[in-house]
Amino acid sequence: KWSERKVTIFTPMSDQQETGPTMRRLSQLESVVLWNRARQIKRELKQGVKKPYREVIDISWGDPQGGGIKPLSFVRQVLAACHYPQLLNSDKLPEDVRQRAERLLKECAGRSTGSYTATQGIPYIVKGISEFITRRDGGVPSFPNNIYISSGSQWSLQVPTSLILIISSFFFTGVLTPVPCYDKVNMSIRELGGVTIPYYLHEDQGWELQIEELNRALESAKGVCNPVALYVMNPGNPTGSLPQRRSSFSWLMSEFVSYKKVLAEMGPPISETVELASFHSASKGLIGECGLRGGYVELVNVDPAVMEYIYKLFSTDSCASVPGQIALNLMTHPPQPGDPSYSLYNEVIMTITQLMRVFEVLNSVPGFSCQPVEGGGFAFPRLHLPLNAIHKAKEAGMQPDEFYCVRLLEESGLLVNPGWNFEQKEGTSHFRMNIMIKEETLEGVLRRLVSFHTKFMKEFS
Amino acid sequence: MCKKNKTKQKKIIIITKRTTKPMNTQENSCRIAILHTSNMSQEAVNGVPCRGKVLTLDTMNPNVKRVEYAVRGPIVQRAVQIEKELREGAKKPFTEVIKANIGDAHAMGQKPVTFLRQVLALCSYPELLEDNKFPEDAKKRARRILGACGGQSIGAYSASQGIECVRQDVARYIEKRDGGIPSNPDNIYLSTGASDAIVTMLKLLVCGEGRGRTGVMISIPQYPLYSAALADLGAVQINYYLDEDKCWSLDIKELRRAVTEARQHCNPRVLCIINPGNPTGQVQSRQCIEDVIRFAKEEHLFLMADEVYQDNVYAEGCAFHSFKKVLFEMGPEYSSTVEMASFHSTSKCYMGECGFRGGYMEVINLDPEVKAQLIKLVSVRLCPPVPGQALLDLVVNPPQPDEPSHTTFMKERTAVLAALAEKARLTEQVFNTVPGITCNPVQGAMYTFPRITLPQKAIDKAKEAGQVPDMFYCMRLLEEEGICLVPGSGFGQREGTFHFRMTILPPTEKLKIVLQKIRDFHQRFTQEFS
Repeated sequence: KWSERKVTIFTPMSDQQETGPTMRRLSQLESVVLWNRARQIKRELKQGVKKPYREVIDISWGDPQGGGIKPLSFVRQVLAACHYPQLLNSDKLPEDVRQRAERLLKECAGRSTGSYTATQGIPYIVKGISEFITRRDGGVPSFPNNIYISSGSQWSLQVPTSLILIISSFFFTGVLTPVPCYDKVNMSIRELGGVTIPYYLHEDQGWELQIEELNRALESAKGVCNPVALYVMNPGNPTGSLPQRRSSFSWLMSEFVSYKKVLAEMGPPISETVELASFHSASKGLIGECGLRGGYVELVNVDPAVMEYIYKLFSTDSCASVPGQIALNLMTHPPQPGDPSYSLYNEVIMTITQLMRVFEVLNSVPGFSCQPVEGGGFAFPRLHLPLNAIHKAKEAGMQPDEFYCVRLLEESGLLVNPGWNFEQKEGTSHFRMNIMIKEETLEGVLRRLVSFHTKFMKEFS
Repeated sequence: MCKKNKTKQKKIIIITKRTTKPMNTQENSCRIAILHTSNMSQEAVNGVPCRGKVLTLDTMNPNVKRVEYAVRGPIVQRAVQIEKELREGAKKPFTEVIKANIGDAHAMGQKPVTFLRQVLALCSYPELLEDNKFPEDAKKRARRILGACGGQSIGAYSASQGIECVRQDVARYIEKRDGGIPSNPDNIYLSTGASDAIVTMLKLLVCGEGRGRTGVMISIPQYPLYSAALADLGAVQINYYLDEDKCWSLDIKELRRAVTEARQHCNPRVLCIINPGNPTGQVQSRQCIEDVIRFAKEEHLFLMADEVYQDNVYAEGCAFHSFKKVLFEMGPEYSSTVEMASFHSTSKCYMGECGFRGGYMEVINLDPEVKAQLIKLVSVRLCPPVPGQALLDLVVNPPQPDEPSHTTFMKERTAVLAALAEKARLTEQVFNTVPGITCNPVQGAMYTFPRITLPQKAIDKAKEAGQVPDMFYCMRLLEEEGICLVPGSGFGQREGTFHFRMTILPPTEKLKIVLQKIRDFHQRFTQEFS
């Protein structure tokens, strides 16, 4: 791997030491085959090559607008008016749009969305986020000084993570991460020189996070690395699960409760000592503005001396993208009842019917099983693949679910994300599909999927 | 060898990430999901207090302690505080704080270029494509950009490397700029401002341990993103000094001295050049660039060419020469071997669109295996902001002479650059009339970095106060005149010399007042400490 001629060498710390089965290395490549093939097929279709489908449906990313869902008019009108304030001179745009744009422009230096902002974000917008959090958490206070806006939540994850991870020749610093887990999280941790300590979510119990499993994972790290942090995702990605409930309410009535709220309600000393970083983003939820890159982190109970360094690290990247900051403001402070734009804003992206449909279909077909999707916008069904298929995959040098996904793409034009990318229990296969898409598209997706799956299972039985 | 974890009480930080709420958008009464970790509840129950944080200055990644970024450092924080005090009605010798610390043109009143904002509005709210107040060439570009976006929306993720057609346009722009030398879109990586791309490349380049640790050569003075990134990555910073007496020129002899000395304690692998320079504003001559390339080849160094100010060239007889162009004109012996990355941004030049975080890098002669790792690295942050990518597309694809917006566009562009040139000249002129301030010509970029002579008493007073002398000077200037500059110590300078960096961005009339105030302050200060 070391090139003699070239100067450039990429070698993360973790490559220099053999790692056991509980560790993963950054050098493990993702499923490059699948993405390359997808790109190729899209080109071929453009050139008019005949295939059993007219277009590739890409549901591999959590991207509602990429999946055809229209952005909210209010959000886009405000953004347009902020970028090009001449639009405020006519009354073509609704009153509440113009008012919000004016308010935001007032907060931008030189009344321009092209200016840099304060490192933590435009103070008016940061304050708005703290109000949003307090409201959401039933009054638990949130302080603007503890909030940092960044261009996408991944960067706001990397800053505190880089502080807690120590790169040393003598030991690894570890972060407990779930299996399965959003792949960018594991990559971030490894890129920053840490190792991931996997704890397995219990698939048969709705991807439950079990404390005994957390303890087992922690034990397994003894003598191997220094665990310093626990990463949880709520709702889960890719699993869509919410933390365990202690009642018999049906899963359809599940509600989101934040870790911060629960922490506060547990009272001192825990509520004053457990250090917590919570992340949110304008890429998901109702607003779905992935491309604008707006995210934030709220830091709780972090040592004030350390907070100064968090500030310094964020400041080296200047500030978050201003369109992303504006998107966050529109997310935390949407139109209110009585505002001209209110009725349009409340059209829900995804209906409960859609979720039930996915759950029904995936559990009715032999070879599939799927836990209830309680939130998160993805389905992560399990594939029960025949042995022949698994062998064929091995021959082709691919993981079984990767092999399945490549065939799915080739034959039906559906692009999903193989479970292997998210890590999963040894011997199991899954894939992740985005279900934050238009209802008609979802029908088409399910149709293609079932048709392909039936043929595939028959071929390899 | 692995360290055993000896701590009895397991304290852990919980990092949580939430994505969507379930479909029910109403905030009903919440049921509480109780989390118990058996260790923690036992500790609470047993009455043993959970004292001590996991993350403290002692347990923190020690590299971070050395990170400083003066452009947004303590003096700026004090300036923000003073602004707050002014808003609350505090009486001061001034009514506003002039933030001449950061290269932010719009914040200083520069107007955005109309064409750019029209297209951005159209991309943000495509219904405006029906509005006949927008010119046809703006609509054409908006449609093209939207057509290249997932779901025809700038709210969709793009490919991690950036929207393909934008990269193609960037490559064409580079070819045109460099007199036809080919540029491959696959070598273009769009980024969140140039800073993002610079840090990404450094992440790839920095490795090794002890005496084998990567050394990175940076100019003194330099833009402090570089020193901050090197500290964070635990790389070895190798300083090469620009020659203040020769208009901040770069001397190959000095490069050689620096690298030879560095080889004794690290493995020098990277040479960073900022051209036009920040904070010094010097524009490299073509000969100098050739010499640097030759030096990089001889010493086996990766070249990082930070060219974000490439349109900001003012001085007579100076011109921007891209490193890539010069490299290829030196023939295949160099152009097929020297490894390089050049950086550009939408934050500077005539656009000044800092808030959009648009930028790109072009990599030359990068090992294909390394390129594969690079793609993976950039994918961790998913993709650069799409509005910034759209903006970049307009910068590399501006209105042509036969298009409706061309006249206005050129008028606005020329006006901005002409104003900057005038302000550069004015600044140099005024500062050089002040005894105790010497100012090199501002050949390019957006800053002046004059040298200030400080009386010994002032230096001593500063030391008493535990401050670096030029920070002491700048803080006094801030408190007395409401002008925020960045002390030269934030950029690096020769031992025993002092400077400050001031932007030339305030509107001309305001700039005249600022220059006057600094002149008066300097005279007062010198007198006070004489």
